[in-house]
Amino acid sequence: MDTMMPMGQATRRGRAAAFTDRTLLGRAALDALRKLSPAKLVRNPVIFVTEVVAILVTLLAGLDAARGQGFAFQAGIAIWLWLTVLFATFAEAVAEGRGRAQAESLRRARGEARAKLLVRADDRALWQPRGATELKLGDLVLVEAGDIIPSDGEIIEGIASVNEAAVTGESAPVIRESGGDRSAVTGGTMVVSDWLVVRITAAPGSTFLDRMIALVEGAARQKTPNEIALDILLAGMTIIFLIAVASLVGLASWNGRPPSVPVLAALLVTLIPTTIGGLLSAIGIAGMDRLVRFNVLATSGRAVEAAGDVDVLLLDKTGTITFGNRQAAGFVPAPGVAERELAEAAVLASLGDETPEGRSILAYARERHGTVAPALPEGAKVVPFTAQTRLSGLDLPDGQYRKGAVDSLSGSLGVAIPPALAEAVERIARQGGTPLAVGRDGVVLGAIELKDIVKPGIRERFAELRRMGIRTVMVTGDNRLTAAAIAAEAGVDDFLAEATPEQKLGYIRKAQGEGRLVAMAGDGTNDAPALAQADVGLAMQTGTQAAREAGNMVDLDSDPTKLIEVVEIGKQLLITRGALTTFSIANDVAKYFAILPAIFVASYPELGVFNVMRLASPESAILSAVIFNALIIVALVPLALRGVTYSPVGAAALLRRNLVIYGVGGIVAPFLGIKLIDLFLTLIGVA
Amino acid sequence: MTLIGWAQIALVLACVVAAAVPLGRYMAAVAAGRVTFLAPVERVVYAAAGIDPRQAQGWRGYTLAMLAANAAGFLLLYALLRGQAVLPLNPQGLDGLTPWLAFNTAVSFVTNTNWQAYGGESALSYFSQMAGLTVQNFLSAATGMALALAVCRAFARSGVKDLGNFWSDLVRMTLYVLVPLSLLVGFAFVAMGMPQTLAPFAEATTLEGARQVIPLGPAAFQIAIKHLGTNGGGFFGMNSAHPFEGPTALTSALQIWSQQVIPFALALTFGAIVGDIRQGRALLLVMLAYVLAGTWAVYGSEAGGNPLHLALGIDAAQGNMEGKEVRFGQALVALFTATTTGASCGAVNAMFESFMPLGGLVPLFLIQLGEVLPGGVGSGLYGMLVFALLAVFVAGLMVGRTPEYLGKKVQAREVKLAMLAVLVLPAAILGFTAVALVLPAAVASIPATGPHGLSEMLYAYSSAAGNNGSAFGGITADTPWMDVTLGIAMMLGRFAYAVPVMAIAGSLAAKPRVAESVGSFPTHGPLFVGLLAGVILILGGLQFMPALALGPLAEHVSLLAGKTF
Repeated sequence: MDTMMPMGQATRRGRAAAFTDRTLLGRAALDALRKLSPAKLVRNPVIFVTEVVAILVTLLAGLDAARGQGFAFQAGIAIWLWLTVLFATFAEAVAEGRGRAQAESLRRARGEARAKLLVRADDRALWQPRGATELKLGDLVLVEAGDIIPSDGEIIEGIASVNEAAVTGESAPVIRESGGDRSAVTGGTMVVSDWLVVRITAAPGSTFLDRMIALVEGAARQKTPNEIALDILLAGMTIIFLIAVASLVGLASWNGRPPSVPVLAALLVTLIPTTIGGLLSAIGIAGMDRLVRFNVLATSGRAVEAAGDVDVLLLDKTGTITFGNRQAAGFVPAPGVAERELAEAAVLASLGDETPEGRSILAYARERHGTVAPALPEGAKVVPFTAQTRLSGLDLPDGQYRKGAVDSLSGSLGVAIPPALAEAVERIARQGGTPLAVGRDGVVLGAIELKDIVKPGIRERFAELRRMGIRTVMVTGDNRLTAAAIAAEAGVDDFLAEATPEQKLGYIRKAQGEGRLVAMAGDGTNDAPALAQADVGLAMQTGTQAAREAGNMVDLDSDPTKLIEVVEIGKQLLITRGALTTFSIANDVAKYFAILPAIFVASYPELGVFNVMRLASPESAILSAVIFNALIIVALVPLALRGVTYSPVGAAALLRRNLVIYGVGGIVAPFLGIKLIDLFLTLIGVA
Repeated sequence: MTLIGWAQIALVLACVVAAAVPLGRYMAAVAAGRVTFLAPVERVVYAAAGIDPRQAQGWRGYTLAMLAANAAGFLLLYALLRGQAVLPLNPQGLDGLTPWLAFNTAVSFVTNTNWQAYGGESALSYFSQMAGLTVQNFLSAATGMALALAVCRAFARSGVKDLGNFWSDLVRMTLYVLVPLSLLVGFAFVAMGMPQTLAPFAEATTLEGARQVIPLGPAAFQIAIKHLGTNGGGFFGMNSAHPFEGPTALTSALQIWSQQVIPFALALTFGAIVGDIRQGRALLLVMLAYVLAGTWAVYGSEAGGNPLHLALGIDAAQGNMEGKEVRFGQALVALFTATTTGASCGAVNAMFESFMPLGGLVPLFLIQLGEVLPGGVGSGLYGMLVFALLAVFVAGLMVGRTPEYLGKKVQAREVKLAMLAVLVLPAAILGFTAVALVLPAAVASIPATGPHGLSEMLYAYSSAAGNNGSAFGGITADTPWMDVTLGIAMMLGRFAYAVPVMAIAGSLAAKPRVAESVGSFPTHGPLFVGLLAGVILILGGLQFMPALALGPLAEHVSLLAGKTF
């Protein structure tokens, strides 16, 4: 897989199903009705209470109707209470529906697979046909070109190119081979050429694809720790308001008649946090969905939440922070040689060099000196690189151009390196670069500095992470000096040089001991212990089975820099919950102003002064509050699915902004909303 | 409202804050065992009681010790009140209390409520006052402080069970804080003219030649601890409005100072124990803001006078002076009122029932907000910390991390326990009030009709459940129904709150302390102060709005419309 992919261009899985997609909404509406079953709703205490109250008011309205009394008001309340419940289940259904289409295409990939079960490990000719679901752990199967790999497994023999589009959405085939870090294959992917012998490593029903299907469908969804805590808070508030409303029966009896049950029901439902109660699970599902569309699979919602809490990010140098291959980054001319002359010689010496290093020299010379590489001149002879000479170059009629390791060049030319150049070469090596000497006809012209290039923009990303309160740590096998140089250039906070798997594990344990949460990305088998130890372990899809098992997230694009986005998605999930909770609670202020005067104005007409919204009548006031309370759930569904925008500005600034928008906004919005609904009701003559 | 009035208020509060700063650090030192000048006395106490002060207690051990101490205190006090007729120091030859009244009174003083269903000078012997009530005044206050210290330690420690030792905290807080301060304030009160005597009541002949009995007693020192321990139970029935209990404006000011100084200082003790004084300062500022707001509301409402009187052409320069002592004036009454109800003290220097409806709403609402502003000694701090945890939980999510307070993650267990604690007040206050307002046996206790009657009943249960102890007045408190239900409300308010809080402490102490970063929720700045104040109002106050609308608010708007009840 392409680890050089520029950041931010990782392929996104599928499209975000639009909120306005008709078939999706139709199906969600049906699901919403199905979710009304109290047995299912009881998981959500706030909405469950709303449903119980709705049933009660419906019965009372029916009773009034049967007695031939006026029941329009009660019926109106009952309808809107039911709609409140329905909007809440609808929000969840919409969130779930977005993952479903994707799950179906995955299921198709799984369903068709047939397996060629090998009878003996050493005989590829002898196999029996089996259904993919009949395979047991440890079975050996043969997969040939055109076959779908029947289940997850480890390649024990062979090399093949595999199209993993079914899992990653990326159609360019990748090479899979036995041994090493690319030996894992995923059920549902297709062998495009050659053949593989695979040992099955997943039990039926628990393959990567199965888990992925369950995940995108939300079937395996369990409440996350944070969600549970929030649920408790909401349940607690519901009980408090139940007490407050129930006590009104006694309190209001003191000087007049207690309000009717529908009115009390309306007060209760508007006060309890139905907005967040109705949207809570949709927020969670949407958060997972965002991750899936970002081509990252989390094994649990817990892992996504943990991502938001991460304090330390462990990133591999190669492929994550740097491009991972050496490129030209400077010319150091020998004394008495102009840099341009050196550049031109370097270009000629590299004309026949098709390696990335050679190309990078041409590119650098063009960028820096405008030296355009000429077409290979007539009569030129390319001197290829050999392990013996450790030199390559070009023979032209007017001279022999060579480039290569410094000592090889000086040896082959039989000249000494000038001391000033030797010093520069020494410096390049010390900083982790690779010096290449350039010579022409027995004269050393200078050196080219090759080095591992830090990806553009990564420094800014790290600065951004720092503002988020996250420390970045670069992990590399390089020596300390090299590591320090690259760390400084990339702007990481810390680095781990000459890192062994044990050191990585030790570093993670130490950070955790200090109360920090650690995230890391990895792909090799030797990364597995550290991936398992990290609070968030992002394994690469291209990695080994061991790594994929150890991590709690898998990146299908195998782009380790995505760890940064994963953290942002985790934060966004938590922020959305917090923001809508705050909004929901803040709404109560306006609802009091709408309903309390309406309820008590019969006993104390003077309490009408608290009807600051000047709502038309007690009935319309109560009904408007209930309607607002129901509609706000639908109105906020897009926000719940999209998530509140996160920007890395530091906790204090973020809190201030969100408090203003969702706290103060939550106080103000219902005043406007309820008033508008009241005007509308008055206009159409309902109340 | 006058400038002089506000200057008085500012001066008293400045003295409180000025004293709270060193006192807060001093109490942290006492809690840590770094203050030892009374070590010999401590040793005698420990030896006599058979206590090992170094034995570490987890939250269960600590809580059980607290409950055991309080149960013993309750039984002892109950027996004493019932049997005071045969006990010494009873020069007036008073009878023992009825079982109902003795239950109510014993609960009341054990829970630091000091609701007085009895008339102090006319029902209790000197012995009951000194050996019973005054002893409990110290113990209930020290109990609250000990619990608060345990909670503070829970934030400061990580990965442990040990929250300290209840017995040692109880003894040390009494010896090093309450007793010295009480002596200081008590002598000041004596110097200001309060009686401190064991002589029988004085008899006097009035100018008209009538014979008058003037109650006396060992008042000054009991009154000192009554305020310092935010107990509030007056020596005399009229409490701090009595000429012997609140002789001058200066004594009233000193009483306000005494009520506030320890609760405010404990906020800073919290900061000192967790190693970041700014955290304590933030809590203190929230408390101070509410005291000022409450004072402003009472002051404004009362100084404005009664519109019905104004309409009759009565000079309102003094404002509404009904039920107030001229020697204190509106400003000190307002500050005293906000203080005594915000601080869960319950002493009064004026009659709340005679306040304007909105003026009467303030003390009621301050109690209902959870007695955390600044709250009772100890109980105010741990109540405030419960709100802080909830504030951090709700708003903390908005910074995109699992909420944490002082590096402790706020998770399901803490939220559950915090909600259990927060549930206590609405359940006890609204539940009992709603029942009492329809139950004939209870309704008989209220002479008033209309919203005012509702306010009286609502206030009684608020005061009991909030462990405040002040009375709105007007209510007949000593009936079996009222004695028992108010007693239960007091127990719920104290122990049904404290036990979950201690469970939170146990849970927090066991957690690791997460490192802070710029991504962490800042809990020391103005933003958090505002947020916490808002959360107290919304989570602690909103549920009482319907009840308040039917009580003081209905009375207020009716009054404006010229209607009285």
